[in-house]
Amino acid sequence: MAKHRINVTVNGTAHAAEVESRLLLVHFIRENLRLTGTHIGCDTSHCGACTVHLDGEPVKSCTVLAVQADGCKLRTVEGLEQAGKLHPVQEGFTEKHGLQCGYCTPGMMMTSVALLERNKSPTEQEIREAISGNLCRCTGYVNIVKAVQYAAEKLR
Amino acid sequence: MIPAPFDYHRPGTLDEAVALLARYGDGAKVLSGGMSLLPILKLRLGAVAHLVDIGRIPGLEYIKEEGGMLKIGGGTRQAALERSELIAAKYPILRDAVVLIADPLVRNRATVGGNLANGDPGNDLPATMITLGATLVVRGPKGERTIPVSQFYKGIYSTALAPDEILAEVRVPIPPPRSGGAYLKLKRKVGDFAVAAAAVQVTLDAKGGIERAGIALTNAGATPIEAADAAKYLAGKALDDKVVAEASRLAAAKSSPSADRRGSVEYKQEMARVLVGRALRKAVARAGGR
Repeated sequence: MAKHRINVTVNGTAHAAEVESRLLLVHFIRENLRLTGTHIGCDTSHCGACTVHLDGEPVKSCTVLAVQADGCKLRTVEGLEQAGKLHPVQEGFTEKHGLQCGYCTPGMMMTSVALLERNKSPTEQEIREAISGNLCRCTGYVNIVKAVQYAAEKLR
Repeated sequence: MIPAPFDYHRPGTLDEAVALLARYGDGAKVLSGGMSLLPILKLRLGAVAHLVDIGRIPGLEYIKEEGGMLKIGGGTRQAALERSELIAAKYPILRDAVVLIADPLVRNRATVGGNLANGDPGNDLPATMITLGATLVVRGPKGERTIPVSQFYKGIYSTALAPDEILAEVRVPIPPPRSGGAYLKLKRKVGDFAVAAAAVQVTLDAKGGIERAGIALTNAGATPIEAADAAKYLAGKALDDKVVAEASRLAAAKSSPSADRRGSVEYKQEMARVLVGRALRKAVARAGGR
């Protein structure tokens, strides 16, 4: 079975590893790096619970091979908090009650962070479109939208 | 879910990729964005001995007009197509279609070439490219050849692409003045394939009548369906309710969808009819007509 040496930078820390061709990025993140904030939901690229940033773009890490991320920069939910201070998006989800069970939250926040890095003042419609690949079965999305709006204001 | 074991190759050039495909034959498969292939491998609906990853080959991601053609690199991410000002301004039918594919996160990985080469009749770009009269440039061991999109699809997941060929570029003739197009898709939710979808591209004559039309349907049979009868009927006609009704009827008559959880055959054909009519009106309006 083919093994490949990969180098990735995750939340600013360089990692080298030997991985099987078929190892999925989400498994690499959770099991090799023990960063379990990234969740596995549907496992079929529908739900977005596994969303991480791959070279700055939010992607579904259940549908990327670890070896495809070789040489790339990754950011996971663990990388949002800086020096003990929550990212404004994390603060928004707390303040606006943007979660209930919390399972979709890491992915939802990673998509929201990427949106706000591209668009400082998204409309409600733009927020809803941006998170349309992230499923939440609890909230009905109303408070998630409010959380992103809170973060947008905070970041401006 | 974990795919069955395979070997992974990351060639640095398209020619190296073609050489790997030639060496491994049927055991090899091209990996581009992976948004269709990886789920198939994970669900073990398919297996492959060698994955040839073309996703990092430089020079495959571009959108430009050159020599009377819109040229899109096969490796262009769908998100790039979605964000392209050129596409939004001059090729609204492509912008219509791309934002209806899967969801924004998938489009960050998924490629234009993948959507066209995969051969899934549910994919949205093939019908739009047929109506635009696009041609595919494919690279194989003997060099390049071109295939009109209208002749590319042979059956479900079956195309004119040989196992050792890679889709390198899509070429769309720049539409003449007074042209416009639209793509409309009915789907149950974000991420779903079409219940029915229609692509219409028209060019108007100086009086506002239809000079040329292209019509194609998504998920209405084993391949994208080109509604040539309806297009032929439209040529030379001024658009009115009767003309829209007849063109829609002719186009929907070409569809042969299967009944599934998205609906019955009758429902899907009726939705195709309605969508062709709406897309036709929108295309004509965008072309500067009424």
